[in-house]
Amino acid sequence: MSEAREYIPVIQLCNHYKVEITLFNEMQNIGLIEITTYKEQLCIPEERLGDLEKMIRIHRDLQVNLEGIDVVFNLLQKVDELKNELNIYKNKLRLKEGL
Amino acid sequence: MDFIDYYKILGINKSASESDIKKAYRKMARKHHPDVNPDDKEAERKFKEANEANEVLSDPEKRKKYDKYGKDWKHADQFDQAGQQGQYRQSSSGAEGFGRSGNYGGDDFSDFFGSMFGGGGRSRGRSTQFKGQDFNAELQLNLEDVYTTHKRTLTVNGKNIRLTIAAGVENGQTIKIKGYGGDGMNGGPKGDLLITFNISAHGKFQRDGNNLYATVDLDLYKAMLGGDILVDTFDSQVKLKIKPETQNGTKVRLKGKGFPIYKEDGKFGDLYITYTIKNPSELTSKEKELFEELAKLRS
Repeated sequence: MSEAREYIPVIQLCNHYKVEITLFNEMQNIGLIEITTYKEQLCIPEERLGDLEKMIRIHRDLQVNLEGIDVVFNLLQKVDELKNELNIYKNKLRLKEGL
Repeated sequence: MDFIDYYKILGINKSASESDIKKAYRKMARKHHPDVNPDDKEAERKFKEANEANEVLSDPEKRKKYDKYGKDWKHADQFDQAGQQGQYRQSSSGAEGFGRSGNYGGDDFSDFFGSMFGGGGRSRGRSTQFKGQDFNAELQLNLEDVYTTHKRTLTVNGKNIRLTIAAGVENGQTIKIKGYGGDGMNGGPKGDLLITFNISAHGKFQRDGNNLYATVDLDLYKAMLGGDILVDTFDSQVKLKIKPETQNGTKVRLKGKGFPIYKEDGKFGDLYITYTIKNPSELTSKEKELFEELAKLRS
């Protein structure tokens, strides 16, 4: 049961988001997503769905092309890493101040 | 509801063309879109404002009404009708005229924001799906709570959420629970629930990542002559050998006796113990005599 929920067919995603399959192919070519074949169907792993939705929204709402989305995602990842790093330093500082 | 200057929001003047409005809106959207400004309430507010301004100004009919009636533009038809019937100006019965203080709107931006972020308001024109609003919550825990993986039930917006808190979670760390935020719009996905852990400091152990730090008092004689002591770890005790002539401030590392490593079952950081040597006080005359003897030997 859990196996069936792990992959979502690309064709189903195309219908749901009303996008052409070529968009998925281009996203794969640029390395934004990874399409895998599961039970003879092209699929996207379920855990990547959140990122995929975000990419489609950024593409549609902001007219950002796929290369731009790649840049946005890389920068967001860096922001996330910096936030985590800042959090670690804040905790270190708290430790030093407490001693 | 205060007057909202849609032109000001988009940074354009009243004579702006349709393409100026489009350009200004897109610029604002690129800057403040929630997907590129995660967890930024101010950006989200500005994005909503820009959306509302765009929905009104990009529609020639609505823009005309807005230009004419300002904040009351949504009731333009009623104004016109009242004007034609000669009733509006004659109203003197104590009832306010249309749009003065009659409660037509409600909260600022509510009609449109509702449509953008899942509040069930009207939505016209665009059929773009919008993800629901992310909810933020803070969970106060102590160090003991996050030493072991445990389950907790949170109540967020009237909903009970059973949450597994993995051992080793960090102070300030935020976890995302998908689909527990606000409703999406136009069939868009629900927002997420973001829970930030606020872990209070422990009286005895200080935590730095996966490592724990503690100080242990040693009496002078044990520090000088050596021996065994029992030391508290976070969840038990260990026997430590004190080397003779141990100095004040000496640190020892107890491998694997620190804090659990987040999402790495069975793995732990280290515990660092710092010895603080306590000198004897209220010496007897005999003790004083012996210390003097020792001092002489050293001089």
